[in-house]
Amino acid sequence: MDKILVGLKRVVDYNVRVRVNSDGSGVETDGVKMSINPFDEIALEEALRIKEKGAASEVIVVSIGGAESQQQLRTGLAMGADRAILVETSGPVDALSCARALLEITNREKPGLVILGKQAIDDDNTQTGQMLAGLWGRPQATFASHIELDGDSARITREIDVGKEIIEVDLPAVVTADLRLNEPRYVKLPDIMKAKKKPLDEIPLADLGIEASQQIDQASFEPPADRQKGVMVEDVAGLVAALKDKGLV
Amino acid sequence: MSKILLIAEHDGTALNPSTAKMVACAAQIDAADIDIAVLAESASQVATEAATLDSVARVLTVEKPENKYALAAILAPQIVALADGYSHVFGPSTTFGKDLMPRVAALLGVNQISDVMSIEGSHTFKRPIYAGSVVVTLQAATDTAVVATVRTASYSAVGGSNSAPIESVDVDVDLPQHTRFIELQAGSSDRPDLQTATAVVSGGRALASEENFGMIYALADKLGAGVGASRAAVDAGYVPNELQVGQTGKIIAPDLYIAIGISGAIQHLTGIKDAGTIVAINKDEEAPIFEVTDIGLVGDLFSILPELTEAL
Repeated sequence: MDKILVGLKRVVDYNVRVRVNSDGSGVETDGVKMSINPFDEIALEEALRIKEKGAASEVIVVSIGGAESQQQLRTGLAMGADRAILVETSGPVDALSCARALLEITNREKPGLVILGKQAIDDDNTQTGQMLAGLWGRPQATFASHIELDGDSARITREIDVGKEIIEVDLPAVVTADLRLNEPRYVKLPDIMKAKKKPLDEIPLADLGIEASQQIDQASFEPPADRQKGVMVEDVAGLVAALKDKGLV
Repeated sequence: MSKILLIAEHDGTALNPSTAKMVACAAQIDAADIDIAVLAESASQVATEAATLDSVARVLTVEKPENKYALAAILAPQIVALADGYSHVFGPSTTFGKDLMPRVAALLGVNQISDVMSIEGSHTFKRPIYAGSVVVTLQAATDTAVVATVRTASYSAVGGSNSAPIESVDVDVDLPQHTRFIELQAGSSDRPDLQTATAVVSGGRALASEENFGMIYALADKLGAGVGASRAAVDAGYVPNELQVGQTGKIIAPDLYIAIGISGAIQHLTGIKDAGTIVAINKDEEAPIFEVTDIGLVGDLFSILPELTEAL
């Protein structure tokens, strides 16, 4: 195949303990470490491995967001992507607009495979890949833990609630990466230098003919209900007594 | 008045328990008319079960050979055809629903709301984000259908004393051939299902091997409990993927959850915060799991586990 398109979303780093801001209008992001969504990193790693095996000739990373998302695209280029596209918009982008933008890029680039993370760890939506596949009228293989390419089709192992499901999809197709698809590589310093010279195109979202719609209004944010801290027991006898006391055993 | 269509999850013979929980969620919407759609190769057995669920007005069946396997690309266009006239279309927030419902939403040209945990109004919902660290209240547009997945751990199944009418529906849409089911590798287990078990025993990285995980199974069997695991234990290959509990695994709400050798990363805690009682056994008294436990025990799991299994 010629090209693989990979989506990279800029998110709050997974190690950060996210808190609601003081007026409940969002979450605290000031001075917070930002990273590539971990599932997107896995998606990119898979694309790079496919290219390194000779089954694809170019890996393109795309992000939708503000200018600051260039950082994540540069990291993607340092990992080994050949070029990057930033679909630029300052406001929030919902999943459907995101899928529509990715469809436009997909129609321009005509990749054989689009690999996205299965979910973003900020909104935990788990939607964009499925929406892109639906709009594109192409197969989707979500929650992928293994990809086996075979000419014009691919066999994908999906991690689902009852175990593993293997499906076969014709290409082009959308695959969303689950945790165990691979372990992403570390970026080396020389690669970071090299990445600065790789092409990064910027396209305003409006130029794709898409408005960043907000069909769903995020009205307010609050911390979850706290669980009350319980008791510590000294030994197994104490544990069994406490469980019996609650009528649980 | 709201007209709600629920997409039943099933394996061809039995209804997945997520469906009855979805009904409980839908029934929270005032004056709702709730229908369940069963898309199957042969739907009668599943439809009969769905018709017993309280609060359900009708069960609609769509029978096609292509519906033998739950492939989103095949089911989605049929659901779009069924959705006409409904104000809400809900699926469960299981891998079945998460795979399917966004495709349905995209084909309908609307956004999708994931993991509804609370109904605040016919178009106002709460859902968790950032691995459950934040709860957001959403206001959906009222002039388009609301497509959503229901966080089933937030709801208890409705009762089963109904006998709703079952109607067969013809859905005439083109179905794609580009996606084919090959094989299901399902773990076979006599143990209670993780997502419906009243008690769950979970193990983490500290178990250190697949063999040692046998101690978790032994305790679970003594309690009649389901077995779960942290991501670390699954990544290490001690147990298969379907046992993973947490943000990217299963969200569960058993009456009793026992976490053994699990430190309690936020990504794991979000999967268990609806449990009735959380018990943790960990050698590190500073482990974050103890911040959410009802009963905690600090110590070496390799000596505690056999003793506990023996004592119960």
